[in-house]
Amino acid sequence: MEPDLMDGQDTADQAGARVVSLTVNGERRGALAPVRMTLADFLRHELGLKGTHLGCEHGVCGACTVIMNGDAVRSCLLLAVQSDGAAVETIEGLAADGELGPLQQAFHRNHALQCGFCTGGFLMSITAALREGPVETDDAAREVLSGNICRCTGYAGMIKAVRETSAELYRDRP
Amino acid sequence: MSAGNAAGAPRPVIGTRVARREDYRLLTGRGKFLDDLEMPADTCEAAFLRSPHGHARILSVNTSAALDVPGVLGVFTGEDILPMMKPLPAKVAHPDLQEIPRLPMALDAVHYAGEPVAVVVATSRYIAEDAADLIEVDYEPLPAISSTAAALAPGAPLAHEGARDNVAVHVTQRAGDPDQAFAAAPHVLSETFTVVRGGGHSMECRAVAARFDTVTGQLVVWDATQAPHYARNALAVLYDMPEDDIRLIAPPDVGGGFGPKAQFYGEEAVIPWVAMQLRKPVKWIEDRRENFISAMMERTQTHRVQVAFDDDGLLIALKDVFEHDQGAYVAGLQVPMITLSTVPGQYKIPNIHTELYSCFTNMVPTSSVRGAGRPQAVAAMERMMDRVAEYLGLDPAEVRRRNLIQPDEFPYKVGLMFRDGSPLTYDSGNYPELLRGTLERLGYDAWRARQAELRGKGRLLGIGIACYVEGCGLGPYEGAKARLTNSGEVLVTLAAAPQGQGYETVYAQIAADAMGLDMSYIKVTTGDTGRIPFGQGTFASRITATAGPAVLRACQELRDRIFATAAVMLKTEGKNFVFRGDRVTLAEDEATGATLKQVTQVANVGKHGITLLRGVRAGLETSSYFAPERAAYASGAHAVVVEVDPETGRTEILKYVIGHDCGTVINPLLVDGQVLGGFAAGIGNALYEEQFYDDTAQPQTTSYLDFSLPSAAEVPPVELFHVQSPSPLNPLGAKGAGEGGTIPAPAAIANAIEDALRPFGARINEMPVTPPKIVGAITGTRGNPGSRQNRSE
Repeated sequence: MEPDLMDGQDTADQAGARVVSLTVNGERRGALAPVRMTLADFLRHELGLKGTHLGCEHGVCGACTVIMNGDAVRSCLLLAVQSDGAAVETIEGLAADGELGPLQQAFHRNHALQCGFCTGGFLMSITAALREGPVETDDAAREVLSGNICRCTGYAGMIKAVRETSAELYRDRP
Repeated sequence: MSAGNAAGAPRPVIGTRVARREDYRLLTGRGKFLDDLEMPADTCEAAFLRSPHGHARILSVNTSAALDVPGVLGVFTGEDILPMMKPLPAKVAHPDLQEIPRLPMALDAVHYAGEPVAVVVATSRYIAEDAADLIEVDYEPLPAISSTAAALAPGAPLAHEGARDNVAVHVTQRAGDPDQAFAAAPHVLSETFTVVRGGGHSMECRAVAARFDTVTGQLVVWDATQAPHYARNALAVLYDMPEDDIRLIAPPDVGGGFGPKAQFYGEEAVIPWVAMQLRKPVKWIEDRRENFISAMMERTQTHRVQVAFDDDGLLIALKDVFEHDQGAYVAGLQVPMITLSTVPGQYKIPNIHTELYSCFTNMVPTSSVRGAGRPQAVAAMERMMDRVAEYLGLDPAEVRRRNLIQPDEFPYKVGLMFRDGSPLTYDSGNYPELLRGTLERLGYDAWRARQAELRGKGRLLGIGIACYVEGCGLGPYEGAKARLTNSGEVLVTLAAAPQGQGYETVYAQIAADAMGLDMSYIKVTTGDTGRIPFGQGTFASRITATAGPAVLRACQELRDRIFATAAVMLKTEGKNFVFRGDRVTLAEDEATGATLKQVTQVANVGKHGITLLRGVRAGLETSSYFAPERAAYASGAHAVVVEVDPETGRTEILKYVIGHDCGTVINPLLVDGQVLGGFAAGIGNALYEEQFYDDTAQPQTTSYLDFSLPSAAEVPPVELFHVQSPSPLNPLGAKGAGEGGTIPAPAAIANAIEDALRPFGARINEMPVTPPKIVGAITGTRGNPGSRQNRSE
């Protein structure tokens, strides 16, 4: 996609803007980003990926977690320009062809979400953790979840969802 | 005409674990939160300039530098919005309330750090914040009040210049003859407890957007609120506009509420107003720093509580005099008024005196936060129950058992008034069974033995219990509409707005059973004043018990109307119908029927200019507003085992059991979710969440680096069971489920910690019980078992 260099009315910011090109959920994307714009705002407002949410904008709540070059990162603490050339994954990429993936299904089954505002961040944190290896105890699941904050669920459903997804993903692996 | 149990008719779904309809969009990043809505391309963003002082006069405001910033469309101070500058009324008031106006934005003085002073509208939030920094305000700081103790101190400065004093309201409630009872009682214990409660900390902060349609004259407001009709009504008064010209929509997804979003704020008044002035859509998304300093929270109550009892531990009298921090303005008295009547809880107490001093301070106004004044009341009562047991050398569970209201004593009149204006009358419950079941699941006797054994080895285990009664399902009413749409679907329209409770699922369940129709043909829509004219909002665990019966009745009537239409169409009057799939069929003959589409075609769509079939009533739409006679009362018991590390002050929860009674459980999956989520808030309340203000009323906890919310690592496993005592006050038997996980947690955990520390005779009188308080309690009282209080007056 060609970045639209004339896009945006933020005239005060245009002088310090850069073109940011990256891969998002496997698709090449690009847009103009003021240098001070966070990655979260860039994903949400410039690329229209509103599933990444902002809960605190100081790196604690984890609602804005995305996966960048394989690592779970806080997109509120990164600048958009730092993602130039990177491969970024967001919640929008989790359901291939609209079909819920195993972790999303486990969340649904176990009522692991209520208001759903923090859910995207949790899904991305867990996705990154499960790629590193299985999560085999409740305590290990708590550890995986402890970098994000949910105010609705009390986490019980999420702990089950992490364990069940881990068991499913690693069922046939040594 | 009844649904019956004919072959092929759907099975009831109330009481079953139906997974949520809302989940798919939320799990795929397609939720409809306010800041995710696709607003018009010319939508501007707003940023507020807020007071840096707890209390100050505003001498001058200069906005010219801000207006010069490229991209800024407007800057508005209090002076600039004078046409709508009216006081925002208190949500719950009292005849004796000292009136201090709460204005949408400050005019000539500020009364808390965080109070809005000006708003900047610009093409982006980044630019709006840049410009807000350039507004020059000349303040003359004044002495600020940063606690109720400071507010009530003799000669204290005033939180508001010109006020009578710092007492917003002083209210006393009495039952029996407490003075005489205390004078004659064999034993009296007294203590002072302080309970700090945090903020709501919904993960989505507050948010408002507005667009004025110059063609129709309609103002559309999107508001991440718990109470859309309440907000719409407030705007209509402020702007002097007919309510139909304001359409206020709570987006389908609101990222948590927990009480603070049920209040009405100045920002909600300012944003639509400036959108009208600028003729541009304007959006304000609160950031977390603003949320810490300007969203309402609950903060601190100090209770001076006294109980009188006999040699067997039977309660004779209760007296609780407490201070409530109302903040800089009275946004509502609901929290302290609830506290006033929640203290007696599950116990038979013939003589009661509760007394409130609600104080003005120079901190952000306080509001309900999940639990809403009940955790403090329960702490006052339940902490004293443990003291009574200790004093008499009795088991704390036994002391409670002896005092419980029995199942055959309902309706039970406590002798006080509840905050809904009706006499405090418990409708139903089974308190002995809640306590018995909770202690059995905890393994109470075995833990007591283990505690004694480990004490010998120097390990500090403690067991805590707390019981509560929760007034819920409050009036005045809640409404619902049901309609057969042109496409043959049943559309249920709720006035109430959800913040994660799963209304689209729960109310489809209730509608399905009311109609005997499969859920898949029912859709639920929520929180839009343009779709249903009257409503109150989601707060006080009230919606299932109010909107639930409204949906039930509206859908029963719609079912009857659909059946009557089908009877005319099929010429089968007087026969019984049932739904089979999307067909209305004779109960006895499934071949005779009509589809919902055919029915709507006849009664709703009609044929232009052709006479309606004789006997058919046009317009298959019903509405119902359910007004409960009075509040319902949910109840529960929590029991917990903790181990305390005396060196670090760390508390580990070894076991936690919740017995919960919210009457009829509509969807066990979602009710468990409510209780477990409330429990996590209770853990935060008991052990972690505490905001600090310094002596000049400067907030010291303004990020999650200073203020701890529980993560998955802090919330222990919990065993939950339900006792179902249906409420006789509504046809579903429902009560509230949103707060029972939270209410008794601080009391139960503090009781357990004090029990663990009993070898030291240490007193835990301040909640949350953070590690420094535990270490302080031990070191302050080590070797001083005489701190036990005997009869004091």
